[in-house]
Amino acid sequence: MGGSLNVNHLAFLANGALWTIGLSLIALVGGGLAGFVVALARISPLRAVRILAAGYVQLIQGTPLLVIMFLTYFGLPPLGITVSPLTAASVSLTVYVGAYLGEIWRGCIESVPKQQWEAAEGLALSRTQRMMRVILPQAVRIATPPTVGFMVQIIKNTSLASVVGFVELARAGQIINNALFEPFLIYLIIAVVYFALCYPVSRLSRRLEASQGRPRLSVETA
Amino acid sequence: MSDIANVATGATVVALTNVHKSFGPLKVLDGVTFDVARGDVLCIIGRSGSGKSTALRCIDRFETIDSGEIVVCGRKVHDPALDLRALRQDVGIVFQSYNLFPHLTIEENITLAPTCVKGTSKAEAREQARAALAQVGLSDKIQHYPEQLSGGQQQRAAIARSLAMRPKVMLFDEVTSALDPELTGEVLKVIEGLAADGMTMVMVTHEMGFARSIADRVVFMHRGKVHEHGTAAVLTTPTTPELAQFLGTGL
Amino acid sequence: MKINLDFGAILERWPSFVSGAIMTLELAVIATVLGTAIGVLGAIARRSGHPVATRVAAFYVESIRNTPLLVQIFLVYFGLASLGVKFPAFTVAAAALTINVGAYTTEIIRAGFDAIPKAQIEAAEGLALSKPQIYWHVVMLPAIEKVYPALTSQFVLLMLASSVTSQISAEELTAVANYIQSDTYRAFETYILVAIAYVALSLVMRAGFYGLGLVMFPRRRRLGTPL
Repeated sequence: MGGSLNVNHLAFLANGALWTIGLSLIALVGGGLAGFVVALARISPLRAVRILAAGYVQLIQGTPLLVIMFLTYFGLPPLGITVSPLTAASVSLTVYVGAYLGEIWRGCIESVPKQQWEAAEGLALSRTQRMMRVILPQAVRIATPPTVGFMVQIIKNTSLASVVGFVELARAGQIINNALFEPFLIYLIIAVVYFALCYPVSRLSRRLEASQGRPRLSVETA
Repeated sequence: MSDIANVATGATVVALTNVHKSFGPLKVLDGVTFDVARGDVLCIIGRSGSGKSTALRCIDRFETIDSGEIVVCGRKVHDPALDLRALRQDVGIVFQSYNLFPHLTIEENITLAPTCVKGTSKAEAREQARAALAQVGLSDKIQHYPEQLSGGQQQRAAIARSLAMRPKVMLFDEVTSALDPELTGEVLKVIEGLAADGMTMVMVTHEMGFARSIADRVVFMHRGKVHEHGTAAVLTTPTTPELAQFLGTGL
Repeated sequence: MKINLDFGAILERWPSFVSGAIMTLELAVIATVLGTAIGVLGAIARRSGHPVATRVAAFYVESIRNTPLLVQIFLVYFGLASLGVKFPAFTVAAAALTINVGAYTTEIIRAGFDAIPKAQIEAAEGLALSKPQIYWHVVMLPAIEKVYPALTSQFVLLMLASSVTSQISAEELTAVANYIQSDTYRAFETYILVAIAYVALSLVMRAGFYGLGLVMFPRRRRLGTPL
């Protein structure tokens, strides 16, 4: 205990930062898959599927990520399902990100002009063909800037994995602070590292938005 | 009334003298001179890019000029020390795109400036709004929002908004260009009414038939210069080939 | 595997949940009110053209938007402590949430300012309105009305994010849940209940903002459409 910040501490922080990136990618892939399903379900021709997907989105968007983390990590073991911190964090982020990306992507799919559907229908394409060959390729282009923008939210949100003891950047900072008790300095360093991870992604998303014309009024999670 | 008599009796409301203005290398106004007597209607005509809208906007100093003189209601508009808000109380301007305030009702659109600028009481401003709306035939729309009105109605409301400030001269910048033909008539009728009441007006317009019937004076602009300046008669008997050609294609 | 759920022991602790929910709402309301004020000032600063004001505002917005709330809360908590001042956890939580949401409202309100067409300002100038009158009547008020839906969504997200202040022991809803689950060993039931409580609080806030919008914006009340 005690002492001052040294190379070993910095190496520990760097390792935490790598896990932040890794967890962000897991959340992006997992949440992306879930989001894709949610987006398609939200515009499904089946009413029951639409309602189910809407309920899922409403529920998750009305619940803090922190509570979802606690629910998976502390709530599942008493039911006989033991989960590691990494599993709990990955599952929570996937469930959470899926609801948000699903809504973003549904908006993008719906913003493809109606005439495109009609034109594809006029060519006698099946519903699946219309979606996969005509609508989605256009929606992907529209969806790129907001998705990159949401990536910043994902990176920041991985910090909440620290509450279940997963050692990413924020948790690494807490652990070092427990040894050194230099909280202000250490959290400042942590903040700077997060900024270094997030800011380039923010810039990229704004550049993409600008290149597509009118920026949208996006709402972001803290 | 002849021009000489107007100047002599001090009845000139707007006077541009040798006005020059460039946007970068592009000469938009190249020695423009004309004046408007009290109670007169002056129509500025010309192709797009001829400088006619710029000339109009200079009168209310939405554009500053490079050289020359503009005097409006006795105020030196070219003077950097001009009291801009005093000028704009004397001059009303109506734009092509109406520019009503979308978050306010028609009544609030009209009462905003009198209460803010002139300190008119709310009740009195409402009374004036009612009168102005009656003048443009929109009394029944007083509590509507702009988006609930047709383009022609919005433009008439915009005219009423300017009138409520009791301006000494009104400027109209292609006020019917954004309107469907069937809505143009109702706006032009309002302007005719104002002319009959003796309002001094300067208007940039593409409506040649209307200009012929309403204008006391006509200014034809071509490449930043005033090519013809005369009575509405020039529209029937042009003296320059440019105007003849313009009218040939414009009619 | 036999799943055996028991909500009884947890429901008995309902007064704690209620007091936690009240604190969550208090935090949300304080941060909403102060955050709106910061957002208006920040947006004015960002558009002022003044070199220092613009940069200070941009630095504030970017540094908040690109770092996690959790780290911001720790910085405020330990930053104040290192100055030798000890504030109650609630005050620290409210301060951190306000600083956080202020950056987002600054961006939203700025976008609202940017959405006001130049022609609107020109029309107001033509009516001889003064610069402050134009700023207030023709820029600020319609801009706020325009971005009101985005602002209120942000404030609901803020309420949810306030759960993070449980990490500095502000006794809001999530912190209460943490105590209760460690007392009762009924973590699943506790967090399910708390999740439902948060969903309910979101709905309450949305309804509240909807009503407030009708009171504040007569146009919205009459036409029912956003500006």
